[in-house]
Amino acid sequence: MKHILSALVQNKPGVLAHVAGMFAARAFNIDSLVVGRTEDPELSRMTIVVLGDDRVVEQVRKQLAKIVTVVKVQDFANQDVVQRDMMLISVACTPEKRPEMLALIEMFHGKVVDIGPKFVMVEVCGPESKVEAFIDACRPYGIKTLARTGSIAMPRYNKADEK
Amino acid sequence: MAPDATYASAPAKNGAQITVDTLIEQGVDTVFGYPGGVVLPLFDKLYDAPLNFIIPRHEQGGAHMADAYARATGKVGVVIATSGPGACNLTTGIATAMMDSVPMVAITGQVRTDLIGNDAFQEADTTGITRPITKHNVIVKDVNDLARTIREAFHIASTGRPGPVLVDIPVDVFVAQCQPESIASQIDLPGYKVRVHGHSRQIQLAAQAINKSQRPVLYVGGGVIIANAAQELRQFAKKANLPVTMTFMGLGSYDQTEPGSLDMLGMHGSAYANFAVQESDCLISIGARFDDRVTGKVKTFAANAKIIHIDIDPASISKNIHVDIPVVGDAKLILQELSAEVEYQPRKEWFDKIENWKKKYPMGFDNNSEIIKPQYVIKMISDMTKGNAIICTGVGQHQMWTAQFYKFTKPRTFISSGGLGTMGFGLPSAIGAQVAMPSETVIDIDGDSSFSMTLQELATAVQYNLPVKVCILNNGHMGMVRQWQELFYGKRYSKSSLISPNFANVAKAFGAAGYLVEKKSDVKPTLEKMLAEKGPCVVDFHVEAEENVWPMVPAGKSLHEMSGLDILESMA
Repeated sequence: MKHILSALVQNKPGVLAHVAGMFAARAFNIDSLVVGRTEDPELSRMTIVVLGDDRVVEQVRKQLAKIVTVVKVQDFANQDVVQRDMMLISVACTPEKRPEMLALIEMFHGKVVDIGPKFVMVEVCGPESKVEAFIDACRPYGIKTLARTGSIAMPRYNKADEK
Repeated sequence: MAPDATYASAPAKNGAQITVDTLIEQGVDTVFGYPGGVVLPLFDKLYDAPLNFIIPRHEQGGAHMADAYARATGKVGVVIATSGPGACNLTTGIATAMMDSVPMVAITGQVRTDLIGNDAFQEADTTGITRPITKHNVIVKDVNDLARTIREAFHIASTGRPGPVLVDIPVDVFVAQCQPESIASQIDLPGYKVRVHGHSRQIQLAAQAINKSQRPVLYVGGGVIIANAAQELRQFAKKANLPVTMTFMGLGSYDQTEPGSLDMLGMHGSAYANFAVQESDCLISIGARFDDRVTGKVKTFAANAKIIHIDIDPASISKNIHVDIPVVGDAKLILQELSAEVEYQPRKEWFDKIENWKKKYPMGFDNNSEIIKPQYVIKMISDMTKGNAIICTGVGQHQMWTAQFYKFTKPRTFISSGGLGTMGFGLPSAIGAQVAMPSETVIDIDGDSSFSMTLQELATAVQYNLPVKVCILNNGHMGMVRQWQELFYGKRYSKSSLISPNFANVAKAFGAAGYLVEKKSDVKPTLEKMLAEKGPCVVDFHVEAEENVWPMVPAGKSLHEMSGLDILESMA
């Protein structure tokens, strides 16, 4: 099962190496790992998608929390979260195919970000499943290049949290 | 120390002086270390620093010495090495300290910051190499961060579940000047929190489970020694009337001459401890981590027991074994609170059963041959010192026999590499312990192969006139390797025998006393002479070559499926 872990880490050199090294040394599987700055210049957020059963992911969470430069770790399992992946995908597309391609892009709320005589580059953002579906839809045309960010996530508003 | 007006006018210091001053401020009085190119500015400031400085013959030895110094005292051990090879040589010692949760600060020199990454002379990526074997490590690139970073290193090393912290300092940072206290120098670790107080609801649940249990066993690890909780453990065990078994790392936490002691459990533990754990209905683990050498086959380990796990490291809870009642916090505080909640239960049936196992399968060995049995030497050392010595070991058969046949009565008297199993740990650790405890008898019970890995440290013992005693149980083999080859590889003794020099002569060449013992009748008189020696002394005991450690839980078997029970039974 996939779990999304969100770790607030100190913005210091070596933190990513420490986190990545811990995953490798303890044989945990990372599906994706995204790091970016937060509103606080001292802190970055890592969003890590981990494969494993609840027991394994609980160990991952504890081992992450144990790293001195990791400030806070949350497991978003069993929480209603907004999850987003972003993708840039370059698909083979001759001028004749453009109308068809544009309709497909429209369907996925994608954006054309570059275009050439033989290809179109598209930006797609959304939950992982949507991104995956768009990739499948593009396969018949021929995918030239593909780059994805991995997931970021944030819990949705929950009334119970206000109490 | 808060920055204040006096410091603002204080003269600037360089990084090397700040390093020395911060060590002293942290209460350090003894440092182990070896000089080298990039640490020369630091060693220049150490020249007239009020520190007891011990130079080993190899950085690995220095790391083991600092480690043992910490284990013997509970203080943070400090080791210094140069960049590149110096730092690399520390790694075995750092990993050893990490696995056994020993508070240690390693300070390494690094090449100039502008050369880092250029494959400079004696450059190694020290923080990269040591990241997985330290509790924390950091490279200091600005002299203004130096004092704070060293303070943080001591704080992290010594609190929570202790461990080694490495601070890597480039040579230009040692040389750079700054106003030491004019900058923010307070510890700033937002990601480092230690929970010391156990959750009171969890403590109540644990107490209820203990009070209800018919067949409880206390399973105690090194955490109790680290927490200085031996006294609290004793009170708790007495009040609730619980039998106590210890892990290898826990030896010394509970007096083994007490009737309630079941001695060590696990792969080479006592039969009575292993049977008791397997039949218990409530297993109370304190400061232990359910290591594979303790549990045997995980699925069948204490299968009918409610498991209570008290540990300061939340990541230890339910890592290997599902825990029913976890209590995260400091063992000393939790034991005090738990003691108040538990009631005395007689549990006569249970103690009778344990007594029967003790009678049926005592820890013994066949002492009828004329050849010296290694266990005999250890038993003799135990009888002669009556638990009033610090015992260090290497790794292998002699180490297991020491755990089985030496009766430990006090914490911090058994210093051995449990988790990592580092051969060569014996002599340097004995030196470190002797430096820490100059008036104690320190004995390294060693193997011929383990001793050969670090025997150059005899020169260190002689240089500082440290009266360590080394008892080599010389069987001409890597004994434990040989035992496994005998039992599991059809006696194909592949590359497991060594031809060694006469270790008594080796000792004499180093300037230590040396004795060779080949006759059983010479064991006791030679041990007497050894204990009377004023300086370092090595005794080379030529012992039975093909003796095995019994009982033994073979890999993959359940804890109660021990081999060698028939041998123990015949000793009863």
